Amino acid sequence: MNRKGKFLAGGGVIVAALAYMMYAGVSQSLVYFVTPSELQARPVAGKAYRLGGMVAAGSLKWEPRSLELSFALSDGRATIPVRHKGTPPDLFAEGRGAVVEGTWRGDGYFQASLIMAKHSEEYKAPHGDAAPAGYKELLKTLQGQPKSPLPGY
Amino acid sequence: MTPEIGYAMTAVSLGLALYGSGAAALGARAVRPGLIQSAQRAALAIFVLITLSMGLLVYAFLTFDFSVKYVANNTNLGTPFYYRITALWGALEGSIVLWSWMLALYTLIVIVRYRTRRPEFYPWTLSVMLGILAFFLLVMTLPAPPFQRLSPVPPDGRGLNPLLEDTGMITHPVALYLGFTGFTVPFAFAMAALITGRTGDEWITITRRWTIVAWYFLSLGLLIGGWWSYHVLGWGGYWSWDPVENAAFMPWLTGTAFLHSVMIQERRRMLKLWNLTLIILTFGLTLFGTFLTRSGILSSVHSFTQGAIGAFFLAFIALVLLTAFGLVAIRGDRLRAQGELDSMVSRESAFLLNNLFLVAAAFTVFFGTVFPLLSEAVRGVKVSVGAPFFNLVNIPLFLSLLFLMGIGPLIAWRRASLENLKRNFLWPIGVGIAAAAILRLLGVASGLTLLAMGLAVFVTVIMALDFYRATRARLRTGERLLPAMGGLLHRQNRRYGGFVVHLGILVIALGVAGSQAWSVQTEATLNAGETLEFSGYRVRFDRLSASEESNHFKVTGTFTVSNGQARPAVMQPAKKFYPQEQTPIAYVDYLMGLREDFYLVLGDFARDGSQATIKVQVNRMVTWIWIGGLVLTLGAALAILPDPKKA
Repeated sequence: MNRKGKFLAGGGVIVAALAYMMYAGVSQSLVYFVTPSELQARPVAGKAYRLGGMVAAGSLKWEPRSLELSFALSDGRATIPVRHKGTPPDLFAEGRGAVVEGTWRGDGYFQASLIMAKHSEEYKAPHGDAAPAGYKELLKTLQGQPKSPLPGY
Repeated sequence: MTPEIGYAMTAVSLGLALYGSGAAALGARAVRPGLIQSAQRAALAIFVLITLSMGLLVYAFLTFDFSVKYVANNTNLGTPFYYRITALWGALEGSIVLWSWMLALYTLIVIVRYRTRRPEFYPWTLSVMLGILAFFLLVMTLPAPPFQRLSPVPPDGRGLNPLLEDTGMITHPVALYLGFTGFTVPFAFAMAALITGRTGDEWITITRRWTIVAWYFLSLGLLIGGWWSYHVLGWGGYWSWDPVENAAFMPWLTGTAFLHSVMIQERRRMLKLWNLTLIILTFGLTLFGTFLTRSGILSSVHSFTQGAIGAFFLAFIALVLLTAFGLVAIRGDRLRAQGELDSMVSRESAFLLNNLFLVAAAFTVFFGTVFPLLSEAVRGVKVSVGAPFFNLVNIPLFLSLLFLMGIGPLIAWRRASLENLKRNFLWPIGVGIAAAAILRLLGVASGLTLLAMGLAVFVTVIMALDFYRATRARLRTGERLLPAMGGLLHRQNRRYGGFVVHLGILVIALGVAGSQAWSVQTEATLNAGETLEFSGYRVRFDRLSASEESNHFKVTGTFTVSNGQARPAVMQPAKKFYPQEQTPIAYVDYLMGLREDFYLVLGDFARDGSQATIKVQVNRMVTWIWIGGLVLTLGAALAILPDPKKA
C-alpha cells in the first residue's frame, strides 16, 4: 500500500470509530418524551423517559424532614404516580405543568431523578406587590424576631 | 423623540453600510481609490452613528424612558444604576446593537492598520466587513429594532431578568461578542484572498493575531459563562451542555482547530483548502449560534415560525456559506497543497489528528444540539439528548486532545526519528505513569480520572523539560538565569505563549476532572438551631430573615459553618422574589478554596421561619477552572505580542 492509501485507511478507521461512538452515544442516552396516557399504554420498566403532564389536584405530598416528594402527573386521560427524593422546584404546584425525568418502576410508580416545573410562556404584568401572597406574614414574623448576636460555636 | 432618532440613525447606517460595501468592491475592481476612500468615510460614519445610538439607548435606560419598548421590557424603576447600563445587552435587540458596534469598531481598526500596508487585500476585506455589518444593521432595522416605540407609555417597566443582575452577566456577553465578531476579520481576509486569487498564506499571516484575540475572548466568554452558571444558577455546576452553551462552544472548537492548522500551512504549504473551510465554518457557527439561541427554535420547532429573526439569520447563513464555498470552488485549482505528508509519526499528523478530533467534537455538539429538533420536525417524536451523550462521545476526544497537546509541539516535522521521540517523550511518559500510579495508591479508583490526571502531568513535564533545555542552552552562552528565561519568552513568544495557554487548558482540565470525580452533595431539612454534619463540615441553621430590596423581596437564611479547622463562617444564602418573575431566584452563598468550595443553597422553608431545607455541596477543585482561565489569559497575551524576529 502506498503512503496516501495508508493515510486514507488510518483516517477511515478513526472516522468509523467516531461514527460508532456517536451511534452508541445516541442509542444509550436518547430519552423519549411521553405523556401519562402514552406511558400507561406501553410501560417499559427500567427505561428512561421524560414524562410531562399536570400535577393532579390533591396528589402532592412533601415531607421536608425525609425529603420525600410524591405526586401524580395527569394528562386528563391517565394519571401516573411519581416519587422523588429532594426539594420541589420553586414553580412546582398542584394544577401546574411539570416534566420529570426518570424511570418507570415495575411496581406501579415513576421514580423521578429530575423535576422541571414548567414556566408559563405568556407575559406576566408586574404586580405592584413584590412579595407573593403569604409572604407578607412571613416578613412580619421574621422582622419581628429579635436579632440576637450569634452564640459562639 | 428618542425612538424615532435612534431608528433614523440605524436606517442611515444600513444605507451607508450597503453603499460602503459596494463602493469598496467597485473601487477594488476598477482600481479607483476615490471609491475606496468614500467607503472608508462611510465606515467611519457608521461607527459614529452606532456609537451615538448606543449612547441614546443608554440614556433612555438611565432616564427610565419607557416610551422605548426595549427599555420598558428590560428595566424598571428599581433596577440599580449599573444594571441599567448593562441592561443594554440584556436581551436580543440590544445585544445586536452591541454586536454591530463591535463589528464597526473592528472595521475601523482594519482600516487604520491595513489601509496602506495591504492594498491588495484591504478593499475587499473592507467590502466584506461592511456587508456583514449591513446584515446586522438590517436586523436592527426590521426584525429586532431596539428603538421601537411603546404606546401608551407605561408608568413602570417590566424589569431586567433578575438572573442578569450579576457582574458575570455584565462581562460575559461582552467577551463572547468580542470573540464572535473577532472571527469576522480573519473570515473577511480569507474572502479577500479568494476574490483576489492570492490564496497563499498571506491572509493567515495578516490575521494570526486577530485569530488569537478572537479565540481568547471567546474562551473568556465561555469561562465567565461557566462562572456565572456556577455562582448564580444554584445547581453547583458550570457546564450543562445546554444548547445555549453549545452554541458558543461549537465556534470555539472549530476556531481552536483553525488556530492550529494554520501553522501547518505556514510551515509546509499544506491544508489551504482545509484552513479556508475552517474559518468559514467558524464564522458560520458564530451566526448559527445566534440563530439557535435567538430564534425560539430551541423550545420547539413550532415556536420558530413566530419570530422573523430566525428566518433572517437562516437566510444570511445560507448566503454566507453558499458565497464562501462558491468562491472556494472557483479557486479550487489554486488551493492544492504544495507539500505533502511524509510520515504518520510527525508533527503534521499530530496536528491533523488534533484537527480531526476538534472538528469531530464540534460535530458531536452540533448533532446533539439539533438532533431533538430534527427528530421533532421529521418524525414528530419528542426526544432529548442530554449530558450523557455529550460526555460519552466527547470525553475520549478531549483526552486524546490532551495527549496530542503533549506530542504536537515537540515531535519533529516531516518524520520523527526514534531518537527525537525518546529524547522528548521518554521521561514525561514515565513521570505521567508514575503520577497516575501514586494517585491510584492514594485511593483514586476511577480510571478516567487517573487517565486525565496522568495525561495532564505528562504534558506538563514535556513543556517543562523543553523550557528547561532551552534555558540551559542559553545559560551555556553565559547568560544569567532570569534574563535567559525572559529572553526565551520574548524571542519565542509565539511558542511559549502557546505553552502557557496549554498550561491554562491543563489546569482547567484538572479542575473539570477533579470536580466531576470528587464533588459530593446532599439535601437536608433543619430546624432552627439544628446542625447537619456532612463531609467534614458542620452546618447550623440559625434563623431566617426577610427584607424588601429596591426591586425585590428577599428571604435570607443564616447558617454557621465550620470544618473543624478554620473559624466558623456565617453564610447567608437567600431566595429573591421579583414581582415580574413567576419563580424566586436562588442566591447562592459559598466559601471558595483551592481544594474545595463549600456551596450552600436555600431551598424550601417553613413560613414561620422555624425550618429550612438546604442543598449542601462540597465542590472539589472547581477553583482550578477559574485559575486556568487566568493562566490562559497570560498565555494569550504573550502570544499576541509582536513577533520580535519581524520587528
